[in-house]
Amino acid sequence: MQDRKIMAYRRENGRVGVRNHVVVLPVDDISNACAEMVGNNIKGAMALPHAYGRLQFGEDLDLFFRTMIGTGSNPNVAACVVIGIEPGWTQKIVDGIAKTGKPVAGFSIEGRGDIKTAAEASYKTKEFVQWASEIQRSECKFSELYISVKCGESDTTTGLSSCPTVGNVLDKHCALGGIASFGETSELTGAEHIVKSKAANKEVEAKFTAMFEDYQKLVFAERAGSDLSESQPTKGNIAGGLTTIEEKALGNVEKLGKRTKYIDALQPAEAPAKGPGLYFMDTSSAAAEAVTLWAASGAVVHLFPTGQGNVIGNPIEPVIKLSGNPKTVATMAEHIDLDVSAILRGEMTLDQAGDALIDVIVRTANGRLTSAEALGHREFVMTKLYRSA
Amino acid sequence: MIQFLVHDKKDTVGVAVVDVKAGQTLEGRDLATNEKLSAKALMDIPLGHKIALKDFKPGDTVYKYACDIGKVVASIKAGEHVHIHNLKTKRWA
Repeated sequence: MQDRKIMAYRRENGRVGVRNHVVVLPVDDISNACAEMVGNNIKGAMALPHAYGRLQFGEDLDLFFRTMIGTGSNPNVAACVVIGIEPGWTQKIVDGIAKTGKPVAGFSIEGRGDIKTAAEASYKTKEFVQWASEIQRSECKFSELYISVKCGESDTTTGLSSCPTVGNVLDKHCALGGIASFGETSELTGAEHIVKSKAANKEVEAKFTAMFEDYQKLVFAERAGSDLSESQPTKGNIAGGLTTIEEKALGNVEKLGKRTKYIDALQPAEAPAKGPGLYFMDTSSAAAEAVTLWAASGAVVHLFPTGQGNVIGNPIEPVIKLSGNPKTVATMAEHIDLDVSAILRGEMTLDQAGDALIDVIVRTANGRLTSAEALGHREFVMTKLYRSA
Repeated sequence: MIQFLVHDKKDTVGVAVVDVKAGQTLEGRDLATNEKLSAKALMDIPLGHKIALKDFKPGDTVYKYACDIGKVVASIKAGEHVHIHNLKTKRWA
């Protein structure tokens, strides 16, 4: 496969992004209203309200900061305004994002009030939006894209068609020196032997195994005798024909491709740091949570095979939906970016489907809005590890 | 026209890729080798659902992707629908 040219945004730190967002990031739930005021005042700025940021502690607090800083740092974000209730955590996030070299500013509400804070932040946000609007795309390479992958509302067609299509693209992308990441720790149950065999070496395998075993312990501790059916697999999976978690997992791991090994196992929202290659990330299998974590780790395009029709998007990372289920591509056409149901009819090979998906990625990178973007799906969902203090 | 697909020759279930009616004789394909297969449906099987390619008794293992996908909990004849009523996980049971 040749390394295709794309017209994308080269950021201050050399990273390549495919969108040019100016984001107003509330540090905490109580700053949502002020952030939304700014988003309303300044057209072209996007507020990202969320439910957390208060009284978190320990590893959960670390994850919170990684997610906030990572979201602002993502190459799809041109500039970022951070608004919090108090200056300390606000500045911590600003400082984290500032390491990328992009414009970032912080404002805090205590002692000032929502309205004054929104006014000050709006002046700065307007400046950022007008500055960002003059940034031009330049020629970059496909292999410079960090691609994340996760399937959702899976059924048996995902294992037969859309997941192996993504696997075909991952093999091609990583062979050219691209970075990609997969995860969904719980949904690997039943196929973990396959995932272990794809670790590049014993240390990576051990890292993965520790994360996987941790999740199994959690399920056994919390399930109270349930076999998790309807939660994992979900009712949607079951309606589509998937019967057991083992079957679901085996379809899921078709996304990993045939030839590629993964070179590290990342914490949730941790940025890949070992260079080009495939990475495992310990993520939830809930779609919006997972994509939010990958966007925070720096992923700029997401590939999302679906069977029954998952509809999520992400505010900063375009989500490309592909499906091989002929009923879904007909009844939920507005959500699907690539129809690979021809694989089920024997009319399309995996290689052809992989190349078709690469075409969609190139077009998305060059500016084509995904279905999820056009429909306004901007699910920004933080992962929480345990209750607040 | 293909009515069912199989991932590997070790698989003991196939996946219907169209809605299948009871009594239909089906043409299938092995995705790994492209080999043609055939089966007869004893029941209606919706698109995406599994058809048994052999008889099973309770306690048997079902193979798909050449891997163990769970245990049979009620007798199944070749050509019948395989799903949550007769197949359960071994992992979280």
